[in-house]
Amino acid sequence: MSKSKKKVDKKNFHPNILCFCCNWCSYAGADLAGVSRFQYPSTIRILRVMCSGRVDPAFILEAFKDGIDGVIVTGCHIGDCHYLKGNEFARDRFERFKEVLKIFNLDKRFKLEWVSASEGKRFAEVITEFTNKIKNLGPLQAL
Amino acid sequence: MAKVGAVLVIGGGIAGIQASIDLADSGYKVYLAESTTSIGGVMSQLDKTFPTNDCAICILAPKLVQTGRHENIEILINSSIEKIEGAPGHFKVDLTQRTLRLDQEKCTGCGLCAQQCPIEAIDLFNEKLSNIAAISVKFPQAVPLVFSINKDKCIGCGICKGICKAKAIDYDLQDKLITLDVGAVVLAIGFDEYDPTPLTELGYGKHLNVITSIEFERILSASGPHSGLILRPSDGTIPKKIAFLHCVGSRDRKHRKDYCSSVCCMYTTKEAVIAKEHMNIIEPTIFTMDIRAYGKDFDKYIDRAKDEYGVRYIRRRISSIKEIPDSKDLIVCYETKNGKIIKEIFNLVVLSVGMEPNQKANELAQKLDIQLNEYGFCKTCTFSPVETSRSGIYVCGSFATPKDIPETVIEASAAAGCVNILLSEARNKLVTKKELPEELDVSDQPPRIGVFICHCGINIGGVVDVPNVVEYVKTLPNVVYAEHNLYTCSADTQTNIKEKIKKNNLNRVIVASCTPRTHEPLFQATIREVGLNKYLFEMVNIRDQCSWVHMHEPEKATAKSKDLLRMSVAKASQLIPLQEQEISVINKGLVIGGGVSGMTAALNLASQGYEIFLVEKEDSLGGIAKNIYRTLENDDVQEYLKILIKNIESNQLIHVFKNAQINGISGYIGNFSTNISYGNNGKIIDLEHGIIIVATGAKEYQPKEYHFGKDQRIITQTQFEKDLFTSDKIKGLKSIVMIQCVGSRNDDFPYCSRVCCSEAIKNALKAKEINPNIEIIILYRDIRTYGFKEKYYNFARDKKVIFIRYEEVEPPELKIKNKELKIIVTNPDLGKLEINPDLIVLSTGLVAPIKENEELAKMLKVPLNEDKFFLEAHVKLRPIDFATDGIYLCGCAHSPKDIRESIAQSNGAAAQAVKILSSEKLVTSGLVAVVIEENCIGCGSCVEVCQFNAIELIEKERAFEDFTMPIMKSYVNPALCKGCGTCGAQCPNSTIVIKHFGFEQIHAMISALLIQS
Repeated sequence: MSKSKKKVDKKNFHPNILCFCCNWCSYAGADLAGVSRFQYPSTIRILRVMCSGRVDPAFILEAFKDGIDGVIVTGCHIGDCHYLKGNEFARDRFERFKEVLKIFNLDKRFKLEWVSASEGKRFAEVITEFTNKIKNLGPLQAL
Repeated sequence: MAKVGAVLVIGGGIAGIQASIDLADSGYKVYLAESTTSIGGVMSQLDKTFPTNDCAICILAPKLVQTGRHENIEILINSSIEKIEGAPGHFKVDLTQRTLRLDQEKCTGCGLCAQQCPIEAIDLFNEKLSNIAAISVKFPQAVPLVFSINKDKCIGCGICKGICKAKAIDYDLQDKLITLDVGAVVLAIGFDEYDPTPLTELGYGKHLNVITSIEFERILSASGPHSGLILRPSDGTIPKKIAFLHCVGSRDRKHRKDYCSSVCCMYTTKEAVIAKEHMNIIEPTIFTMDIRAYGKDFDKYIDRAKDEYGVRYIRRRISSIKEIPDSKDLIVCYETKNGKIIKEIFNLVVLSVGMEPNQKANELAQKLDIQLNEYGFCKTCTFSPVETSRSGIYVCGSFATPKDIPETVIEASAAAGCVNILLSEARNKLVTKKELPEELDVSDQPPRIGVFICHCGINIGGVVDVPNVVEYVKTLPNVVYAEHNLYTCSADTQTNIKEKIKKNNLNRVIVASCTPRTHEPLFQATIREVGLNKYLFEMVNIRDQCSWVHMHEPEKATAKSKDLLRMSVAKASQLIPLQEQEISVINKGLVIGGGVSGMTAALNLASQGYEIFLVEKEDSLGGIAKNIYRTLENDDVQEYLKILIKNIESNQLIHVFKNAQINGISGYIGNFSTNISYGNNGKIIDLEHGIIIVATGAKEYQPKEYHFGKDQRIITQTQFEKDLFTSDKIKGLKSIVMIQCVGSRNDDFPYCSRVCCSEAIKNALKAKEINPNIEIIILYRDIRTYGFKEKYYNFARDKKVIFIRYEEVEPPELKIKNKELKIIVTNPDLGKLEINPDLIVLSTGLVAPIKENEELAKMLKVPLNEDKFFLEAHVKLRPIDFATDGIYLCGCAHSPKDIRESIAQSNGAAAQAVKILSSEKLVTSGLVAVVIEENCIGCGSCVEVCQFNAIELIEKERAFEDFTMPIMKSYVNPALCKGCGTCGAQCPNSTIVIKHFGFEQIHAMISALLIQS
């Protein structure tokens, strides 16, 4: 098996995006986008975790190392966390982590977003917007 | 006759849901009868909830799923009560379950029928603001997720019947009569929103842009008619100026609605804030009489609405609205402070409608033979707030009085707590425990993965090329079997999955279908039935994430399904069986605080046979109630207290420790140990117990204001009450001034003490009774006589008690000149007024015992709020428990409240506690964090982030060649861990394994994302 790493022109570029969702809010928001048939680009692959607080920056580095073009972490809005403050720790952690990503010029390929269980439409919009951003940036060049 | 260990809960709103869960968790079979086709009630319609702006469905949906999946709860949708016979402990109830015109057992909720149905019906869930098909589900997250046919609209065309692959639709299905044997009944039928059509002067139903607050709530909702965009009905434009009118159908004697609906002030503020959050150009104005923000942290919410969101409050009641014919804008007239009449134009008017008794309340009351009160709500008594007039039938939520969600949840638990007292002997008699085969040991076997891919009728199969995906999956490593099913969730497929597991020796199973949030437990149960550990299961959501969101891109949807399955197979290969540990439980309880709350909780538990340690810091029981003689409703508090104390002291299971002090608390749920010293000699004892109830109460604020303590004519409301009820001191007085909010709602104590308005009115009425000619003037900021307390506010005004409002910025001034008391008060409308009373009564607030609470909170490792009251796990849906398991909260330790509310919360705390006390063993989840000790550097980062006190640093010895030294290692208590994984990501050494979401497992999924076949 080989990793797909072909050079594609920006126009026909279909990015590969990894999307972390927390079990209680943003995954439910993605479900509602589904139930409501809100269409969004087929660029993301959702990886469910129990809480956005679970997402280790190492996962994001791993994804970029593998050649994934963008990573988006989603969780409950601040104050809504099922585990009280997991999302706040995620927020603080990724604020610092963004500085690391800047060094590698990867910060624009990473995003942290809050999506509630009732925001199906917003989930679709967030994904569309992030996809467009990654499309503009083009494929991730090998580090 | 032996009591029946089953309970019927009528009404599936948040009250019925909570009562059902509490009862089912403590060993009763529960029938939950709901009149519509889904549980969820009004809360499911709300966009956000105050005062935290929590998303309503985010916090409710897990409870819906929990109820739907609970093995002891049977939900009877679309049903109504016919009759009831029998006595407490053994009732016989007849119900009618109206036909859905489809077979609930067969319907998978796939929704194909609704897409094809040619007939439109009005969407009642969206308050008639949008349409749905004649065959529909109540809302997307409905539980149970079944469709039903609107028989008034259906034309019987047969399209749905033809397209339903599950063959669920049957037009000829008839209503069913069901008879249940139950020991008790809990009524949770909720309320109806007031219909403002009769108030013609407000123009509802006539002017398009006059809507009700519940309609506005749906407009605000992201899943509402405009996807969260705020558009007004007449022309679909954004209403820049919105007026909210309070007290529509509340506090209205003319229309016989002379009670307060308790929630409108807060929900209106929330709607104004959320509207502003959605669209910043909106300018909300709220027309109000009083702002009744009397709940925990409510005043802070109002302050934020004013200061941060610019919500404008105008203290006027609006009597009429005029429409401008062309623009459909609305004119609202009101008088300013200086008497000027203003005509202001608004683009939208929202009527904050009150709560009415459920329209079925009368009929139900007759069938059940229970009494209603003068307003048509269920009649209850102060000292038994969740008991109806018929023994064995309980009530909770807004059917008893209008109330908000946390109080509803508290009462629901309280109702469960009182059912416990009645039925504890029948506990565990009717619940079924599934016999499961021994778990197979697959730990040494290489992964053998079986994959079941669902067509979901054509929901998935219509877009995703399912057979192609099946063929692809077969090529993936470790996959030994793959197949596709029409409906993987159907009962016959469960049998099929079990057969395939056995036949192919599968030791990991993947289902690719819909969402694990609703369906994972079902499949986990299926694989467990053939001996596989339930954590050897993975689920892929190719419906909500592929076919439904990429409907027009079948190839991409198929490719994405393959990718997601490849990631899942990679994770499944790494799955290991997880063990759920059993921990023992000490079946005794500790109650901290010997006031009404603590005593109520202790008695509740003792009456079920549990030994209770009741610790009280003072030398006598009774707490703050010792100073209260009567309630506003004229109940005799002292008599009640006397009986309560007698019951406590004569109960052999309750050990009372007076003059007690807690020195230390250790342990965790099921196994606490508390060291106390008590008695005059400070005798020390260790108490072992399984749960803790915190009922430490509050104390009266001792004022520094108004020369208090320097002049005997200036007293607090408590002293005044004592004088009123035990002396004839007030007989000779001519004029009394009461000053409200002394030590409440100011910078030092920025919250409302909730009880002071009622206390003042109670004492004013008593004084008028003793001496009808006495002049009583109450100086207030807002009169907060919520619910039925409003009646006594009206009484007081009828008895000529004078109410004068002042504003926070200009509090009343006291001058003493030549021994004469002089009060100068500034009223916004009347200007400066001077009063010369004989007596000044200060309505002082309730404050938390700061030092004691801080010490106790530290020992319990639970948080306090800013005002130093104990902070519950979740202000909306977990108002009785702490985030730390096994510790519960009731009474004024939570926030200021009256006796009735304290009694309710105490019975609720007992209901939570008995779930633990009645279990022989507790089972921990397999989804927990585990520390790999050898790599742990003892930094404590994990301890800091854990919100559940599950992690602690433990001292260990580390041996070197010739010496040993102590080092710290972190330890996760599986009994307390919730498995969120935050510690795992925070650990700088990556030495915490998050079971089921481990480093390797997530890595495997990431690595598999880009690998292609």
